[in-house]
Amino acid sequence: MSTLKPNYPSLLEETAIKARRKFLMQAGTATFSATAVALLSGCTSQVANAESSTSTDQDVRILNTAISAEHEAVAAYQLGAESGLLEPGTLKVAVKFQGHHKEHIDALSSAVNSLGGNPVEAKTAYNFPIEKLKQQSDVLEFAAGLERGAVSAYAGAIPIFDNRDLSAAAASILADEAMHWAILRNALGLDPVPEAFFS
Amino acid sequence: MSVFFILSLVVSADNTKGNPEAGQRVYARCLACHSLERDRTGPRHCGLFGRKAGSVSDFEYSAAMQKSSIIWDADTLDHFLESPLTVVPGTTMGFAGIKDENKRRDLIAYLKSASESSDICP
Ligand code: HEC
Repeated sequence: MSTLKPNYPSLLEETAIKARRKFLMQAGTATFSATAVALLSGCTSQVANAESSTSTDQDVRILNTAISAEHEAVAAYQLGAESGLLEPGTLKVAVKFQGHHKEHIDALSSAVNSLGGNPVEAKTAYNFPIEKLKQQSDVLEFAAGLERGAVSAYAGAIPIFDNRDLSAAAASILADEAMHWAILRNALGLDPVPEAFFS
Repeated sequence: MSVFFILSLVVSADNTKGNPEAGQRVYARCLACHSLERDRTGPRHCGLFGRKAGSVSDFEYSAAMQKSSIIWDADTLDHFLESPLTVVPGTTMGFAGIKDENKRRDLIAYLKSASESSDICP
């Protein structure tokens, strides 16, 4: 366990707190009297809930779908690590990448919490195509497919977050997953960076 | 293949007449959440055409998707995939969409053939 705190969680938490503050401020200007009355009676969280903006709800939904995909990636690397098909050096890299995905989940989950939502949990079981994993390259191809998909998932989430700071945080995760993808392609003997643009 | 290509140029207004091979590459963008034969973060795509939106029984959809009363075909997919969040507000498919109409047409052609293929979708 590293004692250094990763940057993403603090960035995301800060983002979520800022979003909430901005939201409360906007709610305050729009419906001052109702907000002021509720604030004075100490019901700040009720104010936030009663006027919960759909854009915040939408950000929570986008974050939760990303968390769900990250949980699957963690389970997939677990499957790969336990398959007995990976050479020691490859196994080390796989475990490291899995650790990154776990950090993404922690960061995204704390953002969901700060926005007043509930982060989704991992499924109890994943229905992976285990029958297709017979050698190390099958595992690497499987992982590369998930990482390739993740790049697109974040590229597809970045433009639709209402909160631009969440977009920035998603971009930092996208960069990490793109690096995973390149390394896995390299390990498979493929051109690690086959194009100039990805979406 | 070349016959198919010429046909696709002639009747390019038809959303099912894209290039499924090019469409398979576009489908890579969906693979973080979907597969043809398994439910993942998103529902499986086998049997998609003709299916009511939100109707895979063991998949947990958003209320928005279940209430959308969409039937999936080339046209409804073209509409939805361009901008999922505006076509089904409240959907959990947090994805901006495929803005390029030719890429969508290729993708839909791939989805049509793959989701009905007896090899992939028994
Ligand atoms: C970030 C994850 C994610 C990505 C990427 C994604 N989807 Fe989805 N998709 C979902 C989720 C989650 C749902 C369920 C939505 C709901 O219930 O509101 C869904 C639902 C759908 C549906 C409705 C299916 C049904 O049974 O009613 C279609 C069609 C679909 N997606 C196609 C695609 C295609 C094609 C792509 C790639 C261009 C794609 N999706 C990319 C997560 C994703």
